[in-house]
Amino acid sequence: MSEQIKVPTMAECMAEGKQPEVLFWVGCAGSFDDRAKKITKAFVKLLNKSNVDFAVLGAEESCTGDPAKRAGNEFLFQMQAVTNIEVLNGYEIKKIVTTCPHCFNTLKNEYPSLGGNYKVVHHTQFLRDLLNEGRLSIEGGQFKGKRITFHDPCYLGRANNVYEAPRDLIRKLDAELVEMKSCKSRGLCCGAGGAQMFKDAEPGNKEVNIERTEQALDTKPEIIAAGCPFCNTMMTDGVKNKEKEGEIAVMDVAELIANAEDL
Amino acid sequence: MEYLPNILFAIALIAGIGYFARNVKKLIRNIKLGRDVDASDNKAQRWRNMARIALGQSKMVRRPIAGLLHVVVYVGFVIINIEVLEIILDGLFGTHRLFLDIIGKQVYGFLIGTFEILAVLVLITVVAFWMRRNVIKLKRFLSAEMKGWPKNDGNIILYFEVVLMCLFLTMNATDVPFQELNSGNVISQFIAPWFEGINENTLHIIERTAWWLHILGILVFLNYLYFSKHLHILLAFPNTYFGNLNPKGQFNNLEAVTKEVKLMMDPNADPFAAPAEGEEDEEPAKFGASDVMDLNRIQLLNAYTCTECGRCTSECPANQTGKKLSPRKIMMDTRDRLEEVGKNIDANNGEFKDDGKQLLNDYITAEELWACTSCNACVEACPVSIDPLSIIMDMRRYLVMEQSAAPMELNNMMTNIENNGAPWPYNQMDRLNWANE
Repeated sequence: MSEQIKVPTMAECMAEGKQPEVLFWVGCAGSFDDRAKKITKAFVKLLNKSNVDFAVLGAEESCTGDPAKRAGNEFLFQMQAVTNIEVLNGYEIKKIVTTCPHCFNTLKNEYPSLGGNYKVVHHTQFLRDLLNEGRLSIEGGQFKGKRITFHDPCYLGRANNVYEAPRDLIRKLDAELVEMKSCKSRGLCCGAGGAQMFKDAEPGNKEVNIERTEQALDTKPEIIAAGCPFCNTMMTDGVKNKEKEGEIAVMDVAELIANAEDL
Repeated sequence: MEYLPNILFAIALIAGIGYFARNVKKLIRNIKLGRDVDASDNKAQRWRNMARIALGQSKMVRRPIAGLLHVVVYVGFVIINIEVLEIILDGLFGTHRLFLDIIGKQVYGFLIGTFEILAVLVLITVVAFWMRRNVIKLKRFLSAEMKGWPKNDGNIILYFEVVLMCLFLTMNATDVPFQELNSGNVISQFIAPWFEGINENTLHIIERTAWWLHILGILVFLNYLYFSKHLHILLAFPNTYFGNLNPKGQFNNLEAVTKEVKLMMDPNADPFAAPAEGEEDEEPAKFGASDVMDLNRIQLLNAYTCTECGRCTSECPANQTGKKLSPRKIMMDTRDRLEEVGKNIDANNGEFKDDGKQLLNDYITAEELWACTSCNACVEACPVSIDPLSIIMDMRRYLVMEQSAAPMELNNMMTNIENNGAPWPYNQMDRLNWANE
């Protein structure tokens, strides 16, 4: 059992008659995947440290329906969406932050026409806002001068044109941000999107995550930063495949900041 | 007899434009086989996109070498066409260099001089393009779908342009009065000496021949467009106008599904209710797309607009790692199938007769569709706002919702979401366990 973190649920807030400032949508990976849970906790620690009044849905949260929609199952997606929207609207949610670009994209872009209208931000945008508002400060010490390359998640970058928020955060660490040959709007996918995470790849001559990892390794990084739990898994597997896990860490931007803060 | 050239010219012009117009009508009819789609919103933004992306070539220059070469040919094409206007009027009225008297020697010379310089630049560029396809052999021009007609088509267009530019310069070089005018013959004055010693009569015949072949060549080229990838020179404009304005990650929510889902969630809905008045005969909407008629009109316009440059395919993560998927092939297949359906309609007095084929399987296989990561790299790469991903998604929807033909692992994932609200078999009640671990 690690040190105590405060994770209030919406149900508890409701019982106390409080409306938190923001809902943290944890997502399936963030709730169940062992690696992604660490990202979830790192982000919560930052929220706690910045005294952000937030809550999670806990057991009332359910898959946004993203992988079903990308797989072509519009029925299942809309069933999930309508159910989630009922819960969210029931709690009168106005603002949502999420650590998963897939949840971010779906909640932000695909829920409105089904009746779910919220201000949705990715956690890198949220953290940058906290910094700009002076609610969070970063000590760069631990990562000073370290070579960090950022892998753009497709559903954050190309899909929603968010390229700078995660980079701004990495720069604040006094780290040396190095770009891969394909980055930003031309960033190469990690191979997990479009429900590929849940199936084997079609026959080919390489795995997509290996190709992307090679691009990352070309920058000679000490850390590969990611902003998506699925990209994180794919890049971690890629680094292991290249037997570089001893030298190169794959970390979420939230983890970088939480580590810098010694949280 | 005096008017014979004028009459022959008028006939050639009417035939050339008439046949093209007939094919344009066919093209519009084929596009209208697709589902209606509302793109009447944000007119100002749409015009801006057209101006920036099609007219301004903004996405072409993302790849600087190909982009700049393309800009030269594009500017050359657009500007040299001003000269075509004079040629047409000359041909119809039997005049010679009609604009010379109207705008005066100085301005006329400046215009023709500009055209001549552009003609040379276009020639140089076209040679570079030809080298890229046939000598340097860039990978994206050699993919599996580029064998046969698509490969020849690319080269034929280049040869056409060489011939047209050479005819234009020859026509100027052998035009004795124009050379004597000595204004605007910046390039052709160096070609004129090649014809020295030929008597004036023969020279005049060469000039006339070049003039006729040039304008006839343009009319033939105009009619070649419909059968070629080169349609993009016209369709890039409407295509960028109708391009997607939403964030790329936003996939449309199928309305037909929304209706059913709302009904399912409504506790007051009567599951045994008879269809409402007037709705009895309506065929239930098909979910997703298995053939071109299931796609929408913008998607079909996309297919006709594609010029097979292959930037989409070269950016595709699946294609880069050796999978069968090629977004360019998705667009080419869609156009080929649409043309096949169009010909079927022509042959059957305006009715489509089932030919036992469809876009799915006969052109695009499930293996290609399932290799897509939906990363939007192809959409981002397209210089004329084509969206191959939307076709892939619509076809996946058909596979899953009409045929239950998803790969087994995806079925497991979807069953998990249905049963426990996550793509993995974890209990929904355990969603907050991480907080206490």
